[in-house]
Amino acid sequence: MGPLWLLALIAGLSLFGFAIGRWKSVALAREGRQPMAARPAHYGSFVLVWTAIPAVIVLILLSIGRPYIADHAVRAHLPDNVLADETNLSLAIANVEQVANGLKTVTPDEMQNIKIGVVTARSVFAKHGVPLAGDVEPYQLAAAISLNAIRATLSDITDVTVSLVTALCLVFAFIRIKPRLRARTAVERVILVLLILASSVAVLTTIGIVLSMLFQALHFFSMVSPANFFLGTVWDPRFAAAGSQESGQFGFLPLAWGTLFISFFAMLVAVPVGLFSAIYMSEYASSRVRSVAKPLLEILAGIPTIVYGFFALTTVGPAIRDYVAVPFGLGTSGNNVITAGLVMGIMLIPYVSSLSDDIITAVPRALRDGSLGLGATRSETVKQVVLPAALPGIVGAILLAASRAIGETMIVVLAAGVAANMSLNPFTEMTTITVKIVNQLTGDLEFTSPQTLVAFALGITLFVATLALNVLALTIVRKYREQYE
Amino acid sequence: MTATLSHNTPEQALIVSHIDLGLQRRYRSERRFRAYGIAALTFGILCLVLLFSSIISRGYTAFEQTRITLKVDFDPAIVAPDGNRSAEAIMGGDAFRFDDLFSATVQKSLEISPDDEDGLYDALDLFSKGSSPMLRQMLAQDPALIGTTKDVEFYATGDVDSFVKGSIRADIPESQRNIKDKHIVLITKLKDSGALHLAFNTGLFTFGASTRPEVAGVGVAAIGSLYMMLVVLSLSLPLGVAGSIYLEEFAPKNRWTDLIEVNINNLAAVPSIVYGMLGLAVFINFAHLPRSASLVGGLVLTLTTLPTVIISTRAALKAVPPSIRDAGLGIGASKMQTVFHHVLPLAVPGILTGTIIGLAHALGETAPLLMIGMKAFVVDYPATPLDPATSLPTQIYMWATEPERAFIERTSAAIMVLLAFLLAMNSCAVLLRRMFERRW
Repeated sequence: MGPLWLLALIAGLSLFGFAIGRWKSVALAREGRQPMAARPAHYGSFVLVWTAIPAVIVLILLSIGRPYIADHAVRAHLPDNVLADETNLSLAIANVEQVANGLKTVTPDEMQNIKIGVVTARSVFAKHGVPLAGDVEPYQLAAAISLNAIRATLSDITDVTVSLVTALCLVFAFIRIKPRLRARTAVERVILVLLILASSVAVLTTIGIVLSMLFQALHFFSMVSPANFFLGTVWDPRFAAAGSQESGQFGFLPLAWGTLFISFFAMLVAVPVGLFSAIYMSEYASSRVRSVAKPLLEILAGIPTIVYGFFALTTVGPAIRDYVAVPFGLGTSGNNVITAGLVMGIMLIPYVSSLSDDIITAVPRALRDGSLGLGATRSETVKQVVLPAALPGIVGAILLAASRAIGETMIVVLAAGVAANMSLNPFTEMTTITVKIVNQLTGDLEFTSPQTLVAFALGITLFVATLALNVLALTIVRKYREQYE
Repeated sequence: MTATLSHNTPEQALIVSHIDLGLQRRYRSERRFRAYGIAALTFGILCLVLLFSSIISRGYTAFEQTRITLKVDFDPAIVAPDGNRSAEAIMGGDAFRFDDLFSATVQKSLEISPDDEDGLYDALDLFSKGSSPMLRQMLAQDPALIGTTKDVEFYATGDVDSFVKGSIRADIPESQRNIKDKHIVLITKLKDSGALHLAFNTGLFTFGASTRPEVAGVGVAAIGSLYMMLVVLSLSLPLGVAGSIYLEEFAPKNRWTDLIEVNINNLAAVPSIVYGMLGLAVFINFAHLPRSASLVGGLVLTLTTLPTVIISTRAALKAVPPSIRDAGLGIGASKMQTVFHHVLPLAVPGILTGTIIGLAHALGETAPLLMIGMKAFVVDYPATPLDPATSLPTQIYMWATEPERAFIERTSAAIMVLLAFLLAMNSCAVLLRRMFERRW
């Protein structure tokens, strides 16, 4: 039985448990010797919870443990020279895995032929649609046979254990149902634990992000020194041919410069446009204009970034190249910093405008009336009263938009280019941290080479940078928020 | 107060200006400031219009496709030389006999003389390379066709399609276009005879990835996206709601809950590509789940949408007035009963709205999916969430980097399909909010 069947079995028995638990409590209540401490549904749920949760825990533990035991069994059959070769060990184990998969397809007759060596295992497997890279070594065959055997045994053990645990818990919970059992409290306690677990998924995610990236990044820094990475000015991670020691140069600075330069142009578009739109909508526009314009601007935030990327690639990039860059002799590429920055800026307009709009609207009317009453014009009121009051919030909004700009991926992948340049000319191709992460992690991955691992060093740098911006933004908003009541 | 300011007539302004010489300047700056606001708003909306019009103007033609109808004579001498007409015999044996069948068909329909080999090759250039396999499939499904003649609709190549729609123009020099003058003669001939025509491009919605634009579609990608959305919905909704219920209704105010709170706000702003790297490291590298599987994509997207769902659910729970809770507790319900029987049902519209918006975001997410190998050339429909799959946005990404004109058109069309889905989901959310919104 597969895990899905086991889950189905657990679910079925739990529902059955609910039914009989409920039935028993109703029967007990009808006897009427003692008043029941909870509603029938609570007794049902009590049995259900007791049946399902231990069984699921056992199933999960066994599923986690199984690969390790199987791995151990394979290692026992590998000859010493293979075991000694640390770098290719995982490859050797994967090969055995392939052979084991192939063995599942062959008929007993063919198996016999393979064992006595009449036909090669490889040709038999190929006939069944399992291609192998090389011929099967005798030790691989032995390891694969024992792997399949151990797997079958483990699967049987899991089936039996889980079924037993489910059944025993069901019986145990059923026997425990008595009029004095506080079933509701027990069930609610379990629910509360589940709720707490659900709320900690967010924390687990953060821990997962930090740990997974940190380990790979440390692995990378054991090959390339942090000083070379953070202070290097050349990005040239050659994908070295297998076996050669050449690893290329991993200078972070050109990527950081490209990221900041593009984000700068994005903010140059997004901040004025977003801020003035917010001011106009909250201070000048009639409610009718506002009710049309605000949702329209917010559509911009709902458009996927890949769409912006395509827009930049096919419309904005060629237009800037043909009408600005080439006539003025500034560059010849449709992929450039200006294109990426401009389109990213358009994407960020709603982030700036809707947050600022909320903050400006939150400034109390009395402040405006006071200023207007003293004879200030509307624009003077906005500039000298409303904006200073809303400033912390606006700064927070801008910082959040900046962190989006730094982490934005699809627009720059399509529109900024892949060449790592450090130049002041915004019409040249440049690349960003996110582009390089995508480049290094798509295609064939090898988690032992610095070319793949560098992506995690870039990733954790990006994570820390955006995290710092977010925390700063949230702190500014919290600390300097004007309290009007 | 404000009314007098805005209703100032020029005469009044003139009188006042005797007293305050700066007033003109101040009014000018007021008008300027206002103009900046209008300009900014117009710019934003203009960008939106430009974005949509550029995509629609590029993409609307992809919903039609050039097809060429030819009369095929399923000659038994060509397709079944040994007389065996079973489906197996058709699918087995020499594939070239179907090329012969197709060549003979083209030769006959276009009245090309049997000696004119170059002319035949030029004519074959107009048809999709999938034409003869298509004939084979057709015969395998219905071997009774052998020996009969039938009108069959063939796909024209992407270049012919672009030419017929006018996006490859005849007036540029011959060396710069893929459609040569000799092809144009043939196309005109086919058009005049009525064989070549435009039809609705159903393949766009049903086919999978292909290197030939005429048979490339988003059907397979859409199924991948659908699987992922199901995974996201079935995980992020229960997890998000359960987590928010704890934080909003049960959690004591202490450092731990404070930490969770800050954490969730931060997670909402973490770049999505970072989630992709987490997925790569944890689900693929550590848990050994298959690459390119929609299950893994769904798991990663669940993590990206979870903060959105939690934040909106908490807002919805917070909007339920305390009197509801007091009433529940007052008549003897436990805290858990109050929350699940009274507070949660009242918060459902808000929760659903937030979830749909989160799902819409997840549907358009691309970068994390690239990390876990969803940028894959997938031709067949994935049968289960564990099969290799691709998604709408990654399909768009792969097409976007193809230089062919026919692919640009299809990319725009795929974007329109994606945007249509997003629009539908967001309208759903707005409708839900309008219908069930309650003011307390």
